[in-house]
Amino acid sequence: MTDSAETPVIRMEVARYRPGEDAEPVFQAYDVPLMDDWAVLDGLTHIKDRLDGSLSFRWSCRMGVCGSCGMTVNGEARLTCGTFLTEYAPGPVRIEPLKGFPVIRDLVVDIDDFLAKLSSVRPWLVREGEEPPLTAEYAQTPEQLEAYKQYSMCINCLLCYSACPVYVLDPDFLGPAAIALAQRYNLDSRDMDDRFDVLNLEDAVWGCTFVGECTKVCPKHVDPAEAIQRYKVSAALRSVLPWSRR
Amino acid sequence: MTDMIDVLIVGGGGAGLRAAVAVAETDPALKVAVVSKVYPMRSHTVSAEGGAAAVIGLGDTLDEHCYDTISGGDWLCDQDAVEAFVAEAPRELIQLEHWGCPWSRERDGRVAVRPFGGMKKMRTWYAADKTGFHLLHTLFQTTLKYQDIIRYDEWYVTKLVVDDGRVHGVVAVEIRTGRVETIPARTVVLATGGCGRAFPFTTNAAIKTGDGMALAYREGAPLKDMEFVQYHPTGLPFTGILITEAARAEGGWLINKDGYRYLQDYDLGTPTPEPTLRSMELGPRDRLSQAFVHEQRRGRTADTPYGPVVYLDLRHLGEEKIEHRIPFVRELCRSYQNLDPVSDLIPVRPVVHYMMGGVHTDLDGATTVAGLYAAGETACVSINGANRLGSNSLPEILVFGRRAGIAAAEFARSHREAEPAAVHSQGEDERRRLARAREGGGNGGRIADLREEMQHTLEGAAGIYRSGDVLAKAADTLAGLRERAEEARVEDGSTTFNTELINLLELHAMLEVAQTIVACALNRRESRGAHQRTDHTDRDDAAYLAHSLVHRAPDGTPSVGLLPVTITRWAPGERVYGRD
Repeated sequence: MTDSAETPVIRMEVARYRPGEDAEPVFQAYDVPLMDDWAVLDGLTHIKDRLDGSLSFRWSCRMGVCGSCGMTVNGEARLTCGTFLTEYAPGPVRIEPLKGFPVIRDLVVDIDDFLAKLSSVRPWLVREGEEPPLTAEYAQTPEQLEAYKQYSMCINCLLCYSACPVYVLDPDFLGPAAIALAQRYNLDSRDMDDRFDVLNLEDAVWGCTFVGECTKVCPKHVDPAEAIQRYKVSAALRSVLPWSRR
Repeated sequence: MTDMIDVLIVGGGGAGLRAAVAVAETDPALKVAVVSKVYPMRSHTVSAEGGAAAVIGLGDTLDEHCYDTISGGDWLCDQDAVEAFVAEAPRELIQLEHWGCPWSRERDGRVAVRPFGGMKKMRTWYAADKTGFHLLHTLFQTTLKYQDIIRYDEWYVTKLVVDDGRVHGVVAVEIRTGRVETIPARTVVLATGGCGRAFPFTTNAAIKTGDGMALAYREGAPLKDMEFVQYHPTGLPFTGILITEAARAEGGWLINKDGYRYLQDYDLGTPTPEPTLRSMELGPRDRLSQAFVHEQRRGRTADTPYGPVVYLDLRHLGEEKIEHRIPFVRELCRSYQNLDPVSDLIPVRPVVHYMMGGVHTDLDGATTVAGLYAAGETACVSINGANRLGSNSLPEILVFGRRAGIAAAEFARSHREAEPAAVHSQGEDERRRLARAREGGGNGGRIADLREEMQHTLEGAAGIYRSGDVLAKAADTLAGLRERAEEARVEDGSTTFNTELINLLELHAMLEVAQTIVACALNRRESRGAHQRTDHTDRDDAAYLAHSLVHRAPDGTPSVGLLPVTITRWAPGERVYGRD
């Protein structure tokens, strides 16, 4: 490791918003060491630990799976644990909260709207009749698993909502992750629902204008845009042939 | 003050959510709440990778899973607990399957299993190498079906309300608003995970700060076997990100800087091209991490800016197998280590991963405080003894999360009396204490400095190898740190999403737990499993075939005693790996 005297620094311009104190968000600049292996998140924890204990942001696993640390980095929705400072050298790099959500404080946004939307699509395995005894699994071939696997990879980081031009204008839009997770169950061979009542709505799949930003920003390659388009096809089919499912 | 909760669960990871569903299914009339400092799907269960063990047939038997677990734990497991665990694990994994968990499959549609360290049979169910992620999201999404489950998302529990030996609820702060509330409850289930963040180099998420252990310990419930800290042999240097044992189960090799499969020098068997169960790279984690230290002393590790490393070699597995079976390993290596395991060696070193110890409970998760339960890594039942086997912790959170939920529901049904006056008075005291902590703003050191000093003290004294004199010094250092932490500087006076205040409370919890780790390690003058003393190198069954039980003395210092191990059918013997 290099001496601190030799370590280059990068300026991080961080959006601050303290309700009751700031009328609107302001940027505060901090100089942090520009280390090869530091993620943007490492820069933020450096600020919190060494420079300013009052900076608030969420983080936890720092390995791209808990979904806590999504923020806007130089205008793009990113997971800050997997986005490296060197990408923005020599700087400055701007860190803002995820767009499209109410800001609670600094880099922390209110995601309760998503939680409510997730609940509304019945994101659980819907079965009819009694559950069989817990002595054997439902059979599911690797191909059947593959049919929905991609949509099950969503970590709820909400970068897709932040990037979605529809959601920004219409907060009632069900949104990419919730639809992808509904499809995760719809396409599961063990599931017996098609969630038509909650998906076949103007504010659900038909609200999507197919810009595809959700898929571009998804760090887990879930491809919510494809999930939505596929449902449009099956919903249209069902409208023509009311007895058809999926 | 809110309405009385019947079962209040602290922690929304696998154990907590499994408990919540168990209560909701057992008795829908009961009020159940989950209080978690993060949204439940952010919980650290999400990071578990390799798999979940349960006997599923294929020539496997419950007794063999028991034996692997007990010998893996160096005979410190309570065998009645292991038998219950092993018997109930299969139905729990099937239950998860029925709830939609995307387990990896065989061609004919059955759930697939893979080998795992210390296991003599293939019995580890997996969802590629994101098993914990899928398990947690399946559980969380399933809880959404039970709309009566009350969620306190991003609330941090600061205190258990205990009066006359019985729990009556919790005091918690809503992080978003700073509001402090007393939540009365007939029972409380602690499911907050472990405390890996008390160490400097860990696979654990930032949230793993020993909160539940400290909450119970402060109210008189003893902790158990706290000296047993699991080092996982394969963490990425710098980040500590876990490279799953599944990488070795799929055929990966551990090699030193000379390209030599060094485990053969440490009584772990002889190298074979294909993985051999309970041998070499599929030995138990404690033995593999200890072998690393010996390699380092022999000068056969490679130096990096982040310390000595050995290498995990997956190149011979080929791209297809890596993509299919362990895609997350590849993703993590590419994103965080700038290498591709298809063509490059992965530098790895041992990293703090899991606490075998925790809140002392019985088989139903009950602690010594009436109405207080614990499950998962927070608890010590004990099925893990002196060393947990990989892929036993996911079934553990399910089996004992469910058990604790059912037992708590039963207790809540049979204890309907009104809350005592102590609930209100303790709540008010706690509210004042928290306001002082936030507004007072001590003039002492930075929280981060105190935390780092604690972490390095623990690593130096309670790492892979320990000795009495270093431990004794560490006990003094930690006592001093606790006093200094009372004066820690808090710069953030805000009530809105004040994470600095939470960090301070977490530091207090970790210091409390750190002291118990050192005290238990000091008291155990033998070497067993993950606890290796350079001044007492042999296992001593005559003196220490017993759990460490640590109480908090009135002056706040840890007081350690012993509790006999429950032996049912497997007499203590030699741990044999790599030879029959």
